[in-house]
Amino acid sequence: MTTTQDTTTPSDKTSGVTYTPEDGLLLEVEDLYVEFHTPDGIATAINGVSFDLHQGESLAILGESGSGKSVTAQAIMGILDMPPAVIPGGHIRYCGQDLLSMPEDQRRRTRGPEVSMIFQDALSSLNPVFPVGWQIAEMFRMHRGVNKSDALEQAIRLMERVQIPAARDRVKAYPHQFSGGMRQRIMIAMAIALDPAVLIADEPTTALDVTVQAQIMALLDELQQERQMGLILITHDLGVVADVADRIAVMYAGRFVEKADVVELYSAPAHPYTRGLLESIPRLDQKGQTLAAIGGLPPNLMRIPPGCPFNPRCRRAEDVCRRDRPELREVVPGRFAACHFAEEVINA
Amino acid sequence: MPEVILSAQDLVKHYPIRSGVLRRVAGQVKAVDGVSFDLHKGETLGIVGESGCGKSTLGRLLMRLEEPTSGKVIFGGEDWSGASGRKLRQMRRNIQIVFQDPYTSLNPRMTVGDIVGEPLEIHSDVVPKGGRRKRVQELLDLVGLNPEHINRYPHQFSGGQRQRIGIARGIALNPSVLVCDEPVSALDVSVQAQVVNLMEKLQDELGLAYVFIAHDLSVVRHISDRVGVMYLGRMAELGEEDEVYSRPTHPYTQALLSAVPVPDPTLRGKRDQIVLQGDVPSPANPPSGCRFHTRCWKAQEVCTTDEPELELRPDGLGAHLSRCHFAEPRLILETVDVSDLEPDTRFAGTEVQDMSDLGAGLGAAGGGEDLGSSAADAGVERSSALHPDTDQAPQDTTRLVDEQPGDDRPTR
Repeated sequence: MTTTQDTTTPSDKTSGVTYTPEDGLLLEVEDLYVEFHTPDGIATAINGVSFDLHQGESLAILGESGSGKSVTAQAIMGILDMPPAVIPGGHIRYCGQDLLSMPEDQRRRTRGPEVSMIFQDALSSLNPVFPVGWQIAEMFRMHRGVNKSDALEQAIRLMERVQIPAARDRVKAYPHQFSGGMRQRIMIAMAIALDPAVLIADEPTTALDVTVQAQIMALLDELQQERQMGLILITHDLGVVADVADRIAVMYAGRFVEKADVVELYSAPAHPYTRGLLESIPRLDQKGQTLAAIGGLPPNLMRIPPGCPFNPRCRRAEDVCRRDRPELREVVPGRFAACHFAEEVINA
Repeated sequence: MPEVILSAQDLVKHYPIRSGVLRRVAGQVKAVDGVSFDLHKGETLGIVGESGCGKSTLGRLLMRLEEPTSGKVIFGGEDWSGASGRKLRQMRRNIQIVFQDPYTSLNPRMTVGDIVGEPLEIHSDVVPKGGRRKRVQELLDLVGLNPEHINRYPHQFSGGQRQRIGIARGIALNPSVLVCDEPVSALDVSVQAQVVNLMEKLQDELGLAYVFIAHDLSVVRHISDRVGVMYLGRMAELGEEDEVYSRPTHPYTQALLSAVPVPDPTLRGKRDQIVLQGDVPSPANPPSGCRFHTRCWKAQEVCTTDEPELELRPDGLGAHLSRCHFAEPRLILETVDVSDLEPDTRFAGTEVQDMSDLGAGLGAAGGGEDLGSSAADAGVERSSALHPDTDQAPQDTTRLVDEQPGDDRPTR
């Protein structure tokens, strides 16, 4: 069922609105466009992206820098700087309600209790002049009106939950007194403080060492199981995706070029870009491997080539690829790809 | 095994920590604390480790960008740790470095020709003055860049192209050793492979030896003949690539390997996972005994008091260097030997030319209909046809600078 502002029901969340997912469907992004209007021209960062996210599901959005994966996350959170960003079209529905047409104060109340986000760089995302406990407690004070000492108490419990040793002693410490991994745990504590239904993790482990990355990914996985959150994992790392995600969407030049179940995608990619990516990564479990690379660079978003945006780098491209833009279509049941020759690629 | 070309002997680098009004030395950060290894002609030695383990400092010591606190760097049988002035400059010709960040390691006010040509200016006897420009163009061609781009500035290149410029600068003087400090870490996956392939090609053609410093264990395995694993300023394990990856005996190596995500979802939950607790201790106050004992699941009394030696310890098949009292091999990941397999080149290629004109900035050609005809051809024909005005550098940038007003923008 969907609720609107009129049918306000009491809720432990102070938003005044309850959001109930229908059939477990939390988030629906439909034909989303985001442009950046710059003095040099219009850069199309997102060019018609659609997906949904269910309770307890992990969706990975994979892409290289400039593919639009972080912009997608920021559009969902509603934290794009507008201007220069403009959303000329599309819908983002959370439990049936369009976030984009929602009044700002109502939308603000969804950030934290409903949809929440972890950023890549914990050091620059935390405020350096406030103790970490104070920053976590702020979530409870602002959204739930909890008094200072209770909020701090809840912050300590959260810090313990994300396995920060000696949480009670460290609650008054400042961000610079923590290591990178511990800071990321603090970010996670803040993000899950209000028990959100959707958690967006934007490159949560990119700045971390592998052993710490393993700890953080294990923690995220555990929290997701425990709270049945829908997780959107934004990353460029094909290894991390293989370890945690259920479904994966591959992004290129602001579009999804492929969307599939993780196991199926890795075993038989349906888009030449995905195939090329998988060929080009060195693997820890192989020796004597010859790397094959995708030539060239991703396109300038101000001048995306006509036809398929990948065509200039694609070794399979034909005339039709330079002329007609392939839409994302179902190639075999459950597998979507935006390629004129997807059937061939998937069987290659 | 070929001759040893470079050898590090018990290298130590401590940085003083000063505090108080008088800036008294209050302690030492032991960045590199007794590292020894040999580098053979034409081989690649990979150095892996987490941030703060001292791997970058080690690279800088080899180059003598830092003075070692103690220890020697021996090149071609000569100790050059004490050299200075002319002697130092002479020696430095043989060892060059490529830095991690292609955005900050190139001077934005110099053209590519000046950047790559600068080593030739400093070592003026290598190439006579009149031939330098030509030599720079040869170098650009060698690293897969268009020699006509010699007058462009770094900002007109993408990250991968800049790293190629850094490599061209590194090989300008025909060094025999190239120290590469995280050369591909800042690059996107699809570009990373291009640069790795280029480095392998250059090694084959020029007989270079690489010291390849990186935190990415997969890349290091791919490129290295031998691998050293560093932890808190010391070498924890050192051996042939296969010994370290297939039969690691040091618990730290085992934990590192088990933490690397493998791009194969069918292995999920089936791998031997060792999740280490806690963080790396501070190098200013490293633990007593074995430096890893605070995080090691095998640690016993002896580990807290006696530091194990880096010595040959059995790994099941043979023996390789490892610094653990309780060294025993553990299979972390089944290795598949794919050296006989030809790479699938239907969707990706093994050529090492820079093909940045593919995909990027195609608007310049007003639609680029003849560009994508074949990715391989485009690499050869590119640019000259596309950018007739290469000498007026700012007009024909590939990516970062927008087109001049007169250009047709293709409709999106």
